[in-house]
Order: sequence, then C-alpha cells, then structure tokens
Amino acid sequence: MPISYYLALSAVLFGLGVIGFVFKRNIITIFMSIELMLNAVNLAFIAFARALGQLQGQVFVFFVIVVAAAEAAVGLAIVIVIARNRQSLNVERINLLKL
Amino acid sequence: MLILEHLWIIPLLPLLGAAVNGIFAARWPRSAVNAIALGSTGLSFLAALEVVREFLNAEQIPWTRSYFIWIEAGSFRANFALQIDQLTLIMLLVVTGVGWLIHLYSVGYMAGDTGYRRFFSYLNLFMFFMLTLVLAANYVLLFVGWEGVGLCSYLLIGFWFLKKTATDAGNKAFWVNRIGDCGFLLELFLLFRQFGTLDFAPIFHDAAALPVETSGHGVLTAVALLLLAGATGKSAQLPLYVWLPDAMEGPTPVSALIHAATMVAAGVYMVARSHAIFIHAPVAMFAVAVIGCATALFAATIALVQTDIKRTLAYSTISQLGYMFLACGVGAFGAGIFHLMTHAFFKALLFLGAGSVMHAMSGEQDMRRMGGLRRMVPWTYGTMFVGTLAISGTPGFSGFFSKEEILLAARTGPYANPVIYGLGVFTAGLTALYMFRLLFLTFHGAPRFDPKKTHVHESPRVMLAPLVVLALLSLAGGWWAAPHLVGGLNYFDNFVKPVFAAGETSSSTEPYTGSGQLIATVFGPPVIAAFIGFLLAWWLYLRRPETPERLAERFHALYRLLVGKYFIDEFYAAIIIRPLLWVSTNFLWHTVDEETIDGLVNGVAHEAGEVGDRLRHLNSGNTRSYAAWVILGAVVLTTLLAWMVR
Repeated sequence: MPISYYLALSAVLFGLGVIGFVFKRNIITIFMSIELMLNAVNLAFIAFARALGQLQGQVFVFFVIVVAAAEAAVGLAIVIVIARNRQSLNVERINLLKL
Repeated sequence: MLILEHLWIIPLLPLLGAAVNGIFAARWPRSAVNAIALGSTGLSFLAALEVVREFLNAEQIPWTRSYFIWIEAGSFRANFALQIDQLTLIMLLVVTGVGWLIHLYSVGYMAGDTGYRRFFSYLNLFMFFMLTLVLAANYVLLFVGWEGVGLCSYLLIGFWFLKKTATDAGNKAFWVNRIGDCGFLLELFLLFRQFGTLDFAPIFHDAAALPVETSGHGVLTAVALLLLAGATGKSAQLPLYVWLPDAMEGPTPVSALIHAATMVAAGVYMVARSHAIFIHAPVAMFAVAVIGCATALFAATIALVQTDIKRTLAYSTISQLGYMFLACGVGAFGAGIFHLMTHAFFKALLFLGAGSVMHAMSGEQDMRRMGGLRRMVPWTYGTMFVGTLAISGTPGFSGFFSKEEILLAARTGPYANPVIYGLGVFTAGLTALYMFRLLFLTFHGAPRFDPKKTHVHESPRVMLAPLVVLALLSLAGGWWAAPHLVGGLNYFDNFVKPVFAAGETSSSTEPYTGSGQLIATVFGPPVIAAFIGFLLAWWLYLRRPETPERLAERFHALYRLLVGKYFIDEFYAAIIIRPLLWVSTNFLWHTVDEETIDGLVNGVAHEAGEVGDRLRHLNSGNTRSYAAWVILGAVVLTTLLAWMVR
C-alpha cells in the first residue's frame, strides 16, 4: 500500500482530534482528543519509518507512547482534582487565570 | 638619574594624595588629611628639586621619557611621554613650591570649613593636572592637563556650592574656557594635518624649517592664532578674561594658587612652549603683543576703582598676565617666563595676604570697611607691603627685574614697538597706583569699621609662615637677573636660553654695559611711572582722602565706566548670552526637545499602549481559544513551509 494512504488516515485522525479539542467542552473528551492527535502523529511516524526503511521513526513512537502515558496519568489526576473542586467538567468554567 | 628616569612619580604623588583623601579619608582625623595632602605635594617638590640636580648633569636636553603608548589609531600615535627642559624645570619648581606653600596656608585658612577634606582632595588633583600640563611632551597630554586644571578650577570656584554666586562663577569659568579650548582643539587638528604628529620635538623641528610667514597667510599663522585663542581663555586675556574676576568666589588659597600663580599662567607657558611656531608667524606675534598690552592696560584701569580686595587683585592678575603675553609678543619669551615666576611669588603672596586680612576681619572683603589694620596685623601688613613693592617694580624687588626685561624687549627687541612700550610704561604707573591704593585703603588711615564689634586678630603661624617665605621670594626671586644691570650675565635668561635658542633674540643678546646704563635703568621710565603712581596713591588716599570722591563726581561718566568694568559683562549678555538663551529656550528646548523628540518618544509609547490595549483581548482565559490560535499558527506555518519547499 502506498504511504499516502497512511498519511491521509493520519491527517484525518489529527483533524478529528483538533476539532474535538476546540469544540468539545468536557475535559475528558478534550483529553481523548489530545490522545487522538498523538496517535495520528504516531501513525505518520510509523508510516515514514517503514517507507524510508529507517528505525528513528519507530523509536520516536515509543517516546511518544511513554510521554503520552505519563501525560495521561498527570492529566487525569488534574481532571479529578478539578472535578472535585468544581463539581463540573466544563472547561468554560475553568478560567481563573484570565486577566 | 633616579627621578629623571621615573618622571611620572612627580605628578602621580598628588594624584594619589587626591585619591586617598577623596575616597578613604572620610572618617580620618584632620592630621591624617593634612599629612596626605601636604606630604604628597611636599614629596613632589622634593622630587622636583632632585630633578634639578640630576638635570644639570643630564647628557641629553631636553630629556624625554616615554612610558607607554596611550593612543594609537592609524598613523596617529600619542604616548604618555614626559619631558624636562629648562622651561619645564622653572614651571615645575614654581608649581610644586608655591603650591606646597599654599597647601600649608590652607591648613590654617580652611580650618573651620566642613569641606576640609574635599578641599585638599581637589587641590591635590589640581596639582596633578598642572604637573601633567608642564611635564607633557606632546600636545595631547598637555591638553589633558589643560582640561584637568580647568575642571579643578571649576570645582574649586564653586567649592561653596550652596552659594548661588559661587556656582554661577564656576559655570562661567567653565563656559568661557570652553570657547578658548575650542581654538586649542582646532589647533591640534591643524597641527596633526600639517606635521602628522603632536609630539613637541618633531613639530618644532619641522616648524623651524618652514619659511617665516610674513604675509600672514599660512598654516603656522593659523595654528598660532588658534593657540592664542586657547591661551586667552585659560590666561584670562581680552576678550575672554571675564571669568577670572568672578572666580574670586572661590576660597582665597584657590585664588592664590589657581587664579594667580599657576593655572592662569598656563596660557603663557603654552605660548612660550610653542615659540618655534610663533616666531614663524609675525602676524600672530603682533596679535599676542597687542592682546597682552591691551589687556594689561584695560584690567589695570578697572583695578583702580574696585572696592573688593580680592577683585582688585584679580584685575591686577589679568593685567600682569597681559604683561607676560606682551613679553611673548615682542619675542622675549624668556622674560615672559621670568615674569610668570616672579608674579607667581608676589601675587600668591598678595592673595594669601588678602586672605589673611579677610581672616582677621571675619570675612570682610570690602576695602571701604577696612583701614588702619597696620598695627593690628603687623605680619600680614609687612609681607603685603613687600608684595606691593615687588608688583610695582621697585628697584631691587623681583617684579622690577622681570618687568624691566619685558619693557626693554618692547623698546629695543626685534619686535620693538614704541606704542606698546609706552602703554607698558603707563600700565606700570597704574599698577603702582592701584596696588598702593589697596595697601593704603586696607592698612593705613583710620579704621572704617567698629573695632569693638569686629575682633581683629592676626592669623595663626601656619598662615603667616607661607607669607614670610613668599615675601622673601618676592624680594629675592629676581636677583638672578641682577648681575645683568652692571654688565654681567642675566642668569635667568641664560638658563632658559637653550629652550628659546631659535627665538630668543631679545634683551639677553644686548647686555647693558657700564654704570650709566645701570642708572638709566634704575631711574628709567617704568620706575618713574611707578613712582608717580605711588605718589598719586599717597596723595589721593592718605594725604587727601576726600579727593577720590570729588574726582569721581567730576569725571562721573568715566567713573561709571570703570566701576561698571566697561560694561563688558553686560555687552556679552546682550549680544551673546541673551540671544543664545532665547534660541535655546524657544527653539532647542520647546520646539526641538519638547515637541519633536519628546513628541516622537511619547508618541511611540502611546501607540504601543494602544496596540497592546487591542491585543489584550486575545488573552480571553478560554483554554480552547488559545488552542485554536496555536492550531491556526501551526496551519499557517505549515502552509508557508509547504509553499517554500515547493
């Protein structure tokens, strides 16, 4: 299969992630959108690594997975704290840092 | 050859003194401040004496030592190089010797002042710059000393900075000197363009090879005239003399050291130093003589009617400096330097004496409220009497020999001019008149103050000792030239002659012969004029004290003119200061500074604020809107990148 197929899928997944990130209000959904974008990027990395016959792309994917796991752990902890303090998961209400 | 190899020690000592006193001595006792200030200048003086001894055995004259390269740029190079020749030697001894005596005097005079430490720090700094000036072996280093003494002059005139008149006088001195310095700087540029160097030796060597510019068109004439402009500023000659009378706002020792004995003589020193240029520019020589002669006469007439004891002496200083310029202008550079030296002695003495009088009178400076002090301050009176005799040119005293030599050169020298000679003799008469007027008004007659209210007291010994030493010098300082009168050598001229070998063609080559000449000199026109001046002063101020007022009424217009100092200050105010102030205020300040520059800067700041005010709404606090911006940015960048790669 040509590489462009993989890249197209990656772009579509990334676009969905972006749309979800920008338009959703629920923090958990936004969080999942971020994961979606990360995995879209992972897919692109893998596709390029295979097409070019190089290992760097695959190594990078592992990095991204590790970071994403750490991020999920920290992020979910934050979400839980926010949920407890605010009794809400709506990001519109998380605006204390506003000028 | 210890000191000769390390000439830098001489100026460095006072600089160290100034630094230590100025920086560290804040909590030290007075005795420590005294020890540092007097010790550093005293050591300098001893070093100068040692230099004399070594110099007389030196194999190379002038003795030049270069210590390090100071400025190097392209073909221009200025070294920190010091030089000793006979001229420098005289200046060195006068500056360190008289300087040290005045330091000593200041210990007594400034005893009650809160700025004691600051005063000595400034005074030492002045010594450093003055010694740099006289020791410099090139014009750049000389200029450093030149500006440095100007700075110290400014600091010391405005020493009592809470007094408005004192700070104003300091500013005036600084500004007027800037005008002269402008000429000095232009002269440096011109010299460098012409000779490619600013070192003395090559310049004078090359200048001597150039033809004499009799027509008055040429680079040497231009250089000499610009140099003269600088000298008129520093040495208070017409038309830039106006700062010196006001400079009397400073403490009296400062007036004695800076504004009488040393700094103001720097212009004369520089003209003498550059004699090789001047003698190739007869037009400039004539200008020097005319300016000197005119200044001598002009200032002497003003001194006749001054009532402030220090201002009288200030105008007298201007007048005597005029004599020195006159001497240089008629080619008698040696005589000019001779007068510089004797003048340093007797004028320092007179100023310190005036300080002693003010000390006795608790700060009174107006001679109209003095009188009869003779018996109350006998030491001050005695020494000031010697100073007056010396400045008036009484035969036997130092001033007689130097003034005589100047006037002789004006009468018989290669640049002799009967008009200048005549005016010089006339001024000698005026000198005796105003000096004896000062003496009589201050010390003779009946007291014109309330002796019960004013507790008149003689000054402490630490102030009297310098007076006595200076009185002895004022008496004997001219005896070098005495053998000349009876057909022998003029030892002073003979000593400095090597320096002026190219230019000295005046008195020393025409020695007096026989006793007839001696009598003709002792009772020559200058002495007769001085005697008439003395008689007039005696008649007007002792015998018939009411005559001066009658004369003032009789010749009211003339009197007003003299008391108003020819209204030169008012004239300058009208034609220079006020227009300048108007342009500065209305155009430079309001239009250029406030409207244009401030407007531009404030406008930019205001616009930045406006833009920020708009952009601030981007910071909405909504995380997702930030994300949207990030994504938008990423899209734009990616598109741009894609477009560029393609």
